[in-house]
Amino acid sequence: MTDAPVSTTATATPTPVEVALPPPYSALHRHPMLPVATHDETARMNFLINLVSHVGKDIAPAMPAVYAKRVEPAFKKSRGRDFANTSEVREAMRAEPAYQSWAALRRGAQEMRHQAGRAMVFRQLEEIDAAARRFNDGAPTLKLNPQVQVPKYVSVDNHLSPGGYEREVLAGDIAAGACYEAGHFVTAGGGTGGKSDWPGRTIAHFVKRQFPDFKPKRILDLGAGGGFNALPIAELYPDAEVIAVDVAAPMLRYGHARAKAFGVNNITFLQADGETLDLALGSLDWVQTTMVWHETALGPFRNMLKKIRTLLRPGGLSLNFEQPNFDPDTPMVEKFLRDWDAWYNNEPFWAKLHTLNFRDEMIAAGFTPAQVFEEWAPQVRSAGAYPAWVQTVNRHDAEHAMANARKSTKAVRAKSGMYLFGAWN
Amino acid sequence: MTILDINALANAKAKGKRPYFFDDPAVERVLSITMAVAGELAVTRERLDTIERLLEAGTPVTKANINAFKPDDDAARARQAWHAEYISRILRIVHQELESLQSEGDVNPEALADEISAA
Repeated sequence: MTDAPVSTTATATPTPVEVALPPPYSALHRHPMLPVATHDETARMNFLINLVSHVGKDIAPAMPAVYAKRVEPAFKKSRGRDFANTSEVREAMRAEPAYQSWAALRRGAQEMRHQAGRAMVFRQLEEIDAAARRFNDGAPTLKLNPQVQVPKYVSVDNHLSPGGYEREVLAGDIAAGACYEAGHFVTAGGGTGGKSDWPGRTIAHFVKRQFPDFKPKRILDLGAGGGFNALPIAELYPDAEVIAVDVAAPMLRYGHARAKAFGVNNITFLQADGETLDLALGSLDWVQTTMVWHETALGPFRNMLKKIRTLLRPGGLSLNFEQPNFDPDTPMVEKFLRDWDAWYNNEPFWAKLHTLNFRDEMIAAGFTPAQVFEEWAPQVRSAGAYPAWVQTVNRHDAEHAMANARKSTKAVRAKSGMYLFGAWN
Repeated sequence: MTILDINALANAKAKGKRPYFFDDPAVERVLSITMAVAGELAVTRERLDTIERLLEAGTPVTKANINAFKPDDDAARARQAWHAEYISRILRIVHQELESLQSEGDVNPEALADEISAA
């Protein structure tokens, strides 16, 4: 036996694995309408954002293995064929203990964040309502219309939000907007930034960078909700008039007051239904939708695409940020995971939307094939929003990781980032 | 001033029939309550961390000082790391099931006991 030379460097201490930590709730940007979180409310949100992250990064990524090792082989053996659709996968997965745990925790975490956010908002609703009224009362840039009927597809309590976007607890309140911003930060694992605006920021910078000669003067953000994503567009195009349209008054009141508190004065918040929106034909330079279509319904989605085309001037831009459609080689388990929210998170149109082809839908709405495009925009984050150690984990990251792994093997779809589809009119 | 029933409002259920994922809905009921209690323990633990930090700094431990406490960057990171570790610990059984997917040839402990005890 020979003595090995003793080295003080050969057996270096292994580098510790960095545990991805989400931002603390206190990283959510404060403004006068944001409910004030007590010490314990902050701690509760910190627990929940860690729970959402844990379920997203430590449990969800195992679901493809549950499918591949157990669910798919068992189905093939008993039925003698492959799964025909995600509904069959859904039923088969329900028998798997690992899936049961993941699904119950995911659903439970979503319910818990609503409970925690709502308790915080309602105990101080009169104060934040009063703060909003200081910005809203008599403002010509907030145009509410009580005649607007909330369509059925909006009144389904999207993403398990009790009362959805539209229900008021106190007459004329902003509760839905405040609940949305506080809770969304947790559900998204901080993935849309301290100002909940990284999608809009990404879109605004994408347009500015890709189309430097495009100088929009009149921009419509359709389904704008609380204006979270309209704000960065209005900031990057300060000479433009931005019209943020939504059916839900509480979101518009919240968004208008918030925009004013941020010092952004070139957005008009307008309550209207996109299908019957009464703006002059050909009067808009750019119509934006950001994560809106999966919260609509098939008929209204198609009608609103047609509407957008008629409202755009020749040479105007229709741009839509949405999850990409399934393609012919999307694996069944990825489809199942991406459809999950349609069944269990009150986003009922999402599964159908995945099966459509946005390019074909745009052409059916009247755009010509040469006008239609699809793009991937790298995410633009706001610098310094979070401490350097923060790594955001979105609840959808497991599905995105599967899609990105596939894309990286195909040169044609190697672009990464946020999916956009649109058309130049 | 309007008196709102905050607890009832906060607990409101979203529209739609609630799905249950476990074979027996009672399991899900118990899991939901357990996770809610786990959350409340985490809240208490973060409050205790605040009290410890106030004591270390020689700041009087009053409700006002606890509620006004803003962790610095290192403290914020340590607190998030605690939540992450804590959640890993309480969800250990879930991870055991996931790990067993990777090791399906695992030996049944009763069979192993019989095997190594055989003459």
